[in-house]
Amino acid sequence: MIFQGKAHKVGDHIDTDAIIPARFLVTTDPEELGKHCLSGLEENFIQKVAKGDILVGGKNFGCGSSREHAPLAILGAGIPVVIAHSFARIFYRNGFNMGLLLLEVGEEVEKISEGDELKIDTQRGEIEIVNKQLKIKVNPVPEFMQKIINAGGLINFAQARIKGA
Amino acid sequence: MGKTLAEKILQAHTQEEITGPGQIVQVKVDKVLANDITAPLAIESFKKMGATRVFAKDRVILVCDHFTPNKDIKSAEQVKKVREFAAAQEILHYYEGGEAGVEHALLPELGLVGPGEIVVGADSHTCTYGGLGAFATGLGSTDIAYAMAFGETWFKVPETILVKVRGKLNPFVTAKDIILKLIGLIGVDGALYRVLEFQGEVIELLDIEGRLTIANMAIEAGGKAGLFAADEKTLAYTREKGREDKPLFPDKEARYEQVVEIDANGLQPVVACPHLPENVKEVEEVKGIKIDQVVIGSCTNGRISDLRQAAEVLRGKKVAKGVRLIILPATPNIFKQALKEGLLEIFLEAGAVVGPPTCGPCLGGHMGILAGGERCLATTNRNFKGRMGSLESEVYLSSAYVAAASALTGVITHPKDI
Ligand code: SF4
Repeated sequence: MIFQGKAHKVGDHIDTDAIIPARFLVTTDPEELGKHCLSGLEENFIQKVAKGDILVGGKNFGCGSSREHAPLAILGAGIPVVIAHSFARIFYRNGFNMGLLLLEVGEEVEKISEGDELKIDTQRGEIEIVNKQLKIKVNPVPEFMQKIINAGGLINFAQARIKGA
Repeated sequence: MGKTLAEKILQAHTQEEITGPGQIVQVKVDKVLANDITAPLAIESFKKMGATRVFAKDRVILVCDHFTPNKDIKSAEQVKKVREFAAAQEILHYYEGGEAGVEHALLPELGLVGPGEIVVGADSHTCTYGGLGAFATGLGSTDIAYAMAFGETWFKVPETILVKVRGKLNPFVTAKDIILKLIGLIGVDGALYRVLEFQGEVIELLDIEGRLTIANMAIEAGGKAGLFAADEKTLAYTREKGREDKPLFPDKEARYEQVVEIDANGLQPVVACPHLPENVKEVEEVKGIKIDQVVIGSCTNGRISDLRQAAEVLRGKKVAKGVRLIILPATPNIFKQALKEGLLEIFLEAGAVVGPPTCGPCLGGHMGILAGGERCLATTNRNFKGRMGSLESEVYLSSAYVAAASALTGVITHPKDI
C-alpha cells in the first residue's frame, strides 16, 4: 500500500491523555474523537491536519493508559499512519488492532522535518521524504499485521475469519 | 542461538520458528482474563466480531473485583453484563461475591495459572503470573475479545533484561523493596517493550508470594512481563493447587539485552514517593512525613505473608490517633487463613478497619478514598496523581512492614524503630 501526505511532528513521550484527553472518552465514534485528536498537546492541532497527513512522533509514542480511543482519534482525524522513534507497547497493539499503521524507525526519525512531504510504500518498507530526496528504511510490516490493517482493524479481521470458518 | 525464558514459552505456543526479538508471532494462549471494568468492553467487541462462543469455556476467566461489592448502580450494571455473558457462555471460572478476590491474587491461589503458560488479561497487572514462570501480560479490550473468540493472539518477540539480585536481605527488607529499588534504578520506561527476567541467590530464596509481588510491578517499569523460571518451590506451589506442570527454562547461552545487578546487602526498606513509582527513597530519608491513611492490600501485597508481616509489627499495639488503617485481604482464602492464625484479631485490637477482598482504594474506586491534602501510605503499586482520590492527595508505596509501622506512629517509620 502507498500512503502520501504532509508530516506533522510531535515530541517524545506523547501520552494517551495528550492524544485524547479523558473528558472526550464519552464516545467511541472515531469521527467525534478525531475532532479532539492531540488537543491535550495543542488545543487546535487538528486544524492544521489534512486528510491523509502523517503524524511523526519521538520516543515512547502513546505511553499511558490502554484506551483504544487514542488510535481511534488519530484515525478519525484522517491520519492513517504514525511514524515514530518508538511506540509504547499497548498503544502499538491497539493501533494495529484499530487499523492504524505504525512505523518504528529509531533515530532515522530525525531526518523528517515538520511539513515534509512523505511517501510510504509498505510493500518495499520505505519512507521517501519527497522534498529532500531521502529514503528511510522501515522493517516491512509483517504479513499478519498487514492483514489486520488491510481488513480495517482487528474487529473486521475477526469478522472475516469467523465468516470464513 | 540460545533462547530466553520468554522466547522459550512463546516458541512452545507457535508453529513459527522464533528467531529473535522484533519478530511478530501468532501464539495460542492458555488463559484469557478480564475484570468488571474491562470485560464489558471486551464483550462488546466480541459481539461486534460476530463471535458466538468463547474458544474454551474453561480457559476464559472473569473476575469481578474492582468496584465490588458493587459500589453504585453503574458498577452493578457492569457486573450484571459480565455475569449474564458468563452464564450464556457457560464460563466455568466466573468469580463474584464471596468467591471473588483481587484477580491476580486469586488466579495463582486457585491453580488457574502456572509455569510455561501464556496468559493474557485485560488488566495491566496480568504480568503478576510471571512470578510462577508464566508469560503473562496485559492487553486492550479488543485484543482480549479476539483471544476469547479464537484462543490466539499475536506478540512481538521481546528483548529481555536480566535482573540479578545477589547477597542477603536485611531485616524488614522484602520483595517489594527489591522491585521498588529496581524501578528507581531503571525508571518507569526502563523496561519498555521488554521482559524482565529475575535470577540470583536472593530470588532463589524468595518465596512464591514475594516473586508474585515483584512480577506484579514489572509493568511499573514499562515491562511486558516479569519472569521467574520455575524451580522446586514453584512446582511445590502449583502441585498443592492440584496442577502438574512441565516448566520451561532459559537456555544457558540465552542472549540478554542488558544485565542489571542489585546487591541486596546494601538494600534498606524503601518507599516510592508521589507521583511516580520511580521516585524511590530509603525510609530513613523520608521518615517523619505525616500520613492520614494506610492501606494494606491489593494484588501487589495483600497476601498472607503481607498480613503476617503487618501482624508482626501491630501485635499488641494501637494505630496512631487520627490515622485510618485499612486492611483488605486479597482473597477469601487469605481472609480465612488470617482468621485462623489470629491475625484479624491483632488487626482489630490495633484499631484497623478490616474489609472484604476488593481492589477498592488501590485504583481510587471505593473503601478508602482520599480528600484533598491527605496522604496515604499503601502497599499497592501505583502512586500516580489522584490514583486514590483527590488530585490534591498523595500516595506513597511500601511493603507491609513499613505500612504497619507507619500506621502505629502516624508518620513514615522504619519498622526497626517500633
Ligand atoms: S489491586 Fe489495584 S493494581 Fe491490582 S488489579 Fe486491583 S486495581 Fe489493579
